[in-house]
Amino acid sequence: MTDAPASVQVNGLVKRYDEAVALDGVSLAVEPGELFGVIGPDGAGKSTLFRILVTVILPDAGAASVDGLDVVDDYLEIRRRVGYMPGRFSLYPDLTVRENLEFFASVFGTSVEAEYDVIAPIYSQIEPFDDRRAGALSGGMKQKLALSCALVHRPRVLILDEPTTGVDAVSRAEFWDMLGELKRGGLTTLVSTPYMDEAARCDRIALLQTGRLLRAPDTPEAVARSFRAPLVRVRATGERAALLGTLRALDGVARAEVFGEWVHVTGAGEDAGALALRMQRALEGQGWSEVVAEPVAPSVEDVFMALMSDPDPTAEVNHG
Amino acid sequence: MADRGPTIPREEAAVWAQDLTRTFGSFIAVDHITFAVAQGEVFGFLGANGAGKTTAIKMLTGLLAPSGGTAHTAGYDVAEQPDEVKRRIGYMSQRFALYDDLTVKENVRFYGGVYGLTDRQIAERMAAMLARLGFERMARERVGRLPLGWKQKLDFSVALLHEPEVVFLDEPTGGVDPVTRRQFWELIYAAAQGGTTVFVTTHYMDEAEYCDRVSIMVAGTIAALGTPAELKAQFAAASIDEVFLRLARPVEEAASS
Amino acid sequence: MSAFRSFVVKETRHILRDRQTLAVLLLMPVAMVLLFGYAIRTDVEDVRVLVVDAARDARSTDLTRALASTHALRLVGVVGGVPQVEPALRAGEADVALLLPSDFARRFARGTAEVLIVSDGANANYAATAESYVRTVVQQWAAQNGGGAPVVRTATRMRFNPTLASQNLFVPGLLAFVLTLVSALMTAISIAKEKETGTMEVLLVSPLRPLQIVVGKVAPYLGLAFVNALTALGVAFVVFGVPVRGSLTLLLVASLVYVLVSLALGVLISSRAPDQRTAMMAALLGLLLPTLALSGFIFPIASMPGWLQPVPNVVPATWYILVVRGIMLKGVGLAVLWKEIAVLCAMAVVLLAAGARSFNDRIE
Repeated sequence: MTDAPASVQVNGLVKRYDEAVALDGVSLAVEPGELFGVIGPDGAGKSTLFRILVTVILPDAGAASVDGLDVVDDYLEIRRRVGYMPGRFSLYPDLTVRENLEFFASVFGTSVEAEYDVIAPIYSQIEPFDDRRAGALSGGMKQKLALSCALVHRPRVLILDEPTTGVDAVSRAEFWDMLGELKRGGLTTLVSTPYMDEAARCDRIALLQTGRLLRAPDTPEAVARSFRAPLVRVRATGERAALLGTLRALDGVARAEVFGEWVHVTGAGEDAGALALRMQRALEGQGWSEVVAEPVAPSVEDVFMALMSDPDPTAEVNHG
Repeated sequence: MADRGPTIPREEAAVWAQDLTRTFGSFIAVDHITFAVAQGEVFGFLGANGAGKTTAIKMLTGLLAPSGGTAHTAGYDVAEQPDEVKRRIGYMSQRFALYDDLTVKENVRFYGGVYGLTDRQIAERMAAMLARLGFERMARERVGRLPLGWKQKLDFSVALLHEPEVVFLDEPTGGVDPVTRRQFWELIYAAAQGGTTVFVTTHYMDEAEYCDRVSIMVAGTIAALGTPAELKAQFAAASIDEVFLRLARPVEEAASS
Repeated sequence: MSAFRSFVVKETRHILRDRQTLAVLLLMPVAMVLLFGYAIRTDVEDVRVLVVDAARDARSTDLTRALASTHALRLVGVVGGVPQVEPALRAGEADVALLLPSDFARRFARGTAEVLIVSDGANANYAATAESYVRTVVQQWAAQNGGGAPVVRTATRMRFNPTLASQNLFVPGLLAFVLTLVSALMTAISIAKEKETGTMEVLLVSPLRPLQIVVGKVAPYLGLAFVNALTALGVAFVVFGVPVRGSLTLLLVASLVYVLVSLALGVLISSRAPDQRTAMMAALLGLLLPTLALSGFIFPIASMPGWLQPVPNVVPATWYILVVRGIMLKGVGLAVLWKEIAVLCAMAVVLLAAGARSFNDRIE
């Protein structure tokens, strides 16, 4: 890591709601200019973490800073410097594109004209629809408008809570392209998603589950590589439910999980090639046809599942 | 396309459509779609927002009369016998059908009643269902207090309570962790193994990879149909997501420029 | 554009573009004035009677005793002179006065006795009922003491509402209702809506202070409330000829104070309600229902059960209605209404402070 101060620094954050623990000691650091992903299912604590960072809720324990400012003591200054899109953010449907944008600009004491260069790469795509009401925009265009509104005051850090949830595949792809473009402009972005396949679009990712990081944040490639056990993917003609049952009953199979059209089989104590060969023979021996069993590179999702049952103890290390 | 029938004969198909069309004024929402879903198949019905997916499903479930063409679901003509169709299908929407302020048991009893099951049938199926899900201890818990993943599993099981021939699922596994998500898919596979046809609609392409076959709707027509492996090979793509982007992106761009 | 101005512009757009709600809000005062004007009806208990006994003889004392022992009536005093009647009615110390002439006993014996009932016509329904109660008691007493012949003629004179239009009475209550609806219910819903769509969270994460956000949001509703108030007054005047006898300026100032009270209540509700539905239910049950039922608008406070009677004191509409009745129907000013206006002002200060405090810098 570089010597430059982190854009977002989180140390041992804890947040409880009555008996439920939303965040249970989370630590991470986001470097300036980084596109950082927090990946985890609903209820993992993503929104709680982001709301603490944008200073709308207070942590019960731990500390956090954004752009070098403490989230509790310097909250007013942080609010000037972050651009934030909450999870269910939906703009004002009865206002036009331009009216929405102008309103959010004025809230931050600026104007669309003054900040045009910042929002231009995204806003120019929806500018032809300036007079259309936001409620009448397609999902993808709504996203662009929301992002323009979050950028209109030149934030130093962009914090986006599940921006791609409920958005169709084309718009999702476009949204990630836009984030990539902003990153090239040097903007620090912290984004959350429940979708494991979006991990690859981030510089580094943190895996969050029930308020804890499953492992220390790292690049998606490094996270995937950290899967140590032999992994094989298997396919055969026939009922998948039966195939899963067969595989789970075989010797040396730690787990067998459906993975799209494949079943991922995790072994133990042998290399992936040997495991693949064993699976191939065992299935064919039991009468399965068109069996394919081959070693496969682990994905972030494989790692997430493995860590859910067996979290990495190094996850609690502070980065600072 | 219009002269060729679906690949599966009508008598053997769970869902069967030929030249199914729906217009709203001059707008053609669904434009002569022809396809069939085999019994016991897990079929993914994909499409971007506004591609005509919702309209097609409304027709296939007997909620909306077609403007042209024919469709049969669970062996009945959706235009002529929509009530027979509705009796033989289950539906799990993205918004949960379960009542948060009722307990698990009360919900199951209510939906059993809705589908005209006898008290005995309800009791038997509820016991079997709770055992299968491992929910026995949660039977008296209010549904609103269950975690998201549990609710999804329960909702799916309730949609199967009246033993429908076809069950329609709308974006079934959004937002849950990968382990829970797989438990859900295993429930789907178990239902399919038992002969229930599962018709999944989603705009989340990762989900599509879990289906036996998928169709991709673009601008009112079915632009691609096949197993995930076939489609990926056909479009030389690494994922269904890529296949979808190839098909849907040019249309989206044309629409917004 | 300043943040405040752009807030007002944005909020006004929301109001103007929601055509259905706007139509309801603009037409409702008209519809309600017409509806209430033709349909209102009230019952009375505990009528306060002032007796002006110029005779001071056995007969008059006996009649006074008969009045005092009647269940629905309460004797608030016996005075000797007519000049004391009007101040007592104006100050609201008595609802009705019975005037007995100095030669009452002599004329009663001859069968030519005449008594006068004066009631506070500002409250027309109440006045009519109160007057009929007193008349009945007088007639019964006369029948018991004079052998049953109808020897008593009662003449009634309404003092402050000469037209005796019962419609006059409900206009103040209606004004309170309309202002509560627009200021409290509509602002509560509009703020809760921003919470629902997530925009409130974005506004919170901005340099704006919560108070600025709230003031910016409620300001346009203040204007809308005044349009509504003037509409209601206008329709009442044109259709039913209900006049504003006192100072219109004082009426509008009092209305402004009442609108501030209602806005503050709306803000308090929305600060706790997570969504529009909850905000609406809370405003309907917590504000509009008391404004209708516990303010003396529809049910006179005097006819409420004893345990309920203190409750109207904490309902802002009670005080506002007293002020408006005083100004509109009696034509009195600050000299008489200072107490009620002071109560409203105190409520405004306390609730505005609470409303401002309820809007946290943070979500929780």
